[in-house]
Amino acid sequence: MDINQFVMDFAECFDDTDASEFSSNLRFKELEEWSSLSGLGIIAMCKKKFGVKITGAEIMESDTIQDVYDLVMEKRG
Amino acid sequence: MASFIKAISYILPDTIVTNQDLVGEFPEWSVDKIAKKVGVVSRHVVAEGQCASDLAEQAARKLFFENDIDKNCIDFVLLCTQSPDYFLPTTACLLQDRLGLGTHCGALDFNLGCSGFVYGMALAKGLIESDAARNVLLVTAETYSKHMHNRDKGNRTIFGDAAAATLVSTSGFAEIGSFDLGTDGSGCNNLIVKSGAMRHQNRFDDIAFDKSGNPVSSDHLYMNGSEIFNFTLETVPDLVENVLRKNRLGKESIDLYVFHQANKYMLDCLFDLMEIEEEKAFVYMSEVGNTVSSTIPIALCEAKKEQRLSGNVLIAGFGVGYSWGGCVLTCK
Repeated sequence: MDINQFVMDFAECFDDTDASEFSSNLRFKELEEWSSLSGLGIIAMCKKKFGVKITGAEIMESDTIQDVYDLVMEKRG
Repeated sequence: MASFIKAISYILPDTIVTNQDLVGEFPEWSVDKIAKKVGVVSRHVVAEGQCASDLAEQAARKLFFENDIDKNCIDFVLLCTQSPDYFLPTTACLLQDRLGLGTHCGALDFNLGCSGFVYGMALAKGLIESDAARNVLLVTAETYSKHMHNRDKGNRTIFGDAAAATLVSTSGFAEIGSFDLGTDGSGCNNLIVKSGAMRHQNRFDDIAFDKSGNPVSSDHLYMNGSEIFNFTLETVPDLVENVLRKNRLGKESIDLYVFHQANKYMLDCLFDLMEIEEEKAFVYMSEVGNTVSSTIPIALCEAKKEQRLSGNVLIAGFGVGYSWGGCVLTCK
């Protein structure tokens, strides 16, 4: 799994923000669309696509999509 | 002896809180958008002074009236609530008297949330099949609005008050199959009202507001949404698998899934994760919200009205505790 695919999966968790705005360096919590529900979408995506459990606290500690990707890769082992 | 659901009725308190009302109170928040995602348009809340017993009594009377049930047949009352009238006696004892049920009735409360209806059915089935009772009145009555802080826009969007009354008997329209039940008390702090009972009798008065402006308080309902969400994604697929195995059924034999109606977003994630087709997934919450232990009986009641209760119906409840349970109903 490369980061580009992960960015696309990440973008699919959002309804209103255009996919072209997403990149690995995006500070996703600064998106206007960001809410706690977006966080749940990311948790569900990581569980479904990678079988990895990440927590809301871990998402809150992450700044960029790259941070979440690194976390998922680390947990996946 | 087999056990069946004979009838279900439910009631909602009169006061309605619409999304428009919430936008009025929280103009800084895109409540309309979020409410659209969680699938709730309006919810009902009790008036001040209206308690779980009042809702329970109304629901039971409606059950008797709508289904032409002679109340004298009731020989056991099971009442599920986490907002009882008193520490003691139990609300079930109050209900026995207020409904004018015979003193031969057994009656007890049990304290569960979103898994409560399934547990109640398991208890009722146990009572019937051990010959301790023949007609069990199972009432779920919850008033979470009393536990919530009035600035808690997140929980106020999701939760609604309600009561449902179910008659479990030796005959009926849905035979109650085998159960799978589970508990993980290590999740207790993720959905909790900390003060008011014996551990912390006095208020903490420790209210703080998180980044999104939601109050976090030990004196009110606290829910860690993402932890609960993770618990659900971890637990429910296994629960469903276990229920299927215990009932010796394959996934293809299930005609309808009626899960605890936590919120539409979570249900959609679960259905997606478990690859459950949309037409087999029943959702009923837009006008009632998450009514805790009453979501499953309310959904069953509505599915019955829509003539969608036939064949094998898998019900599953999960939440506060953590506690979870499921079973299969074989409907005529």
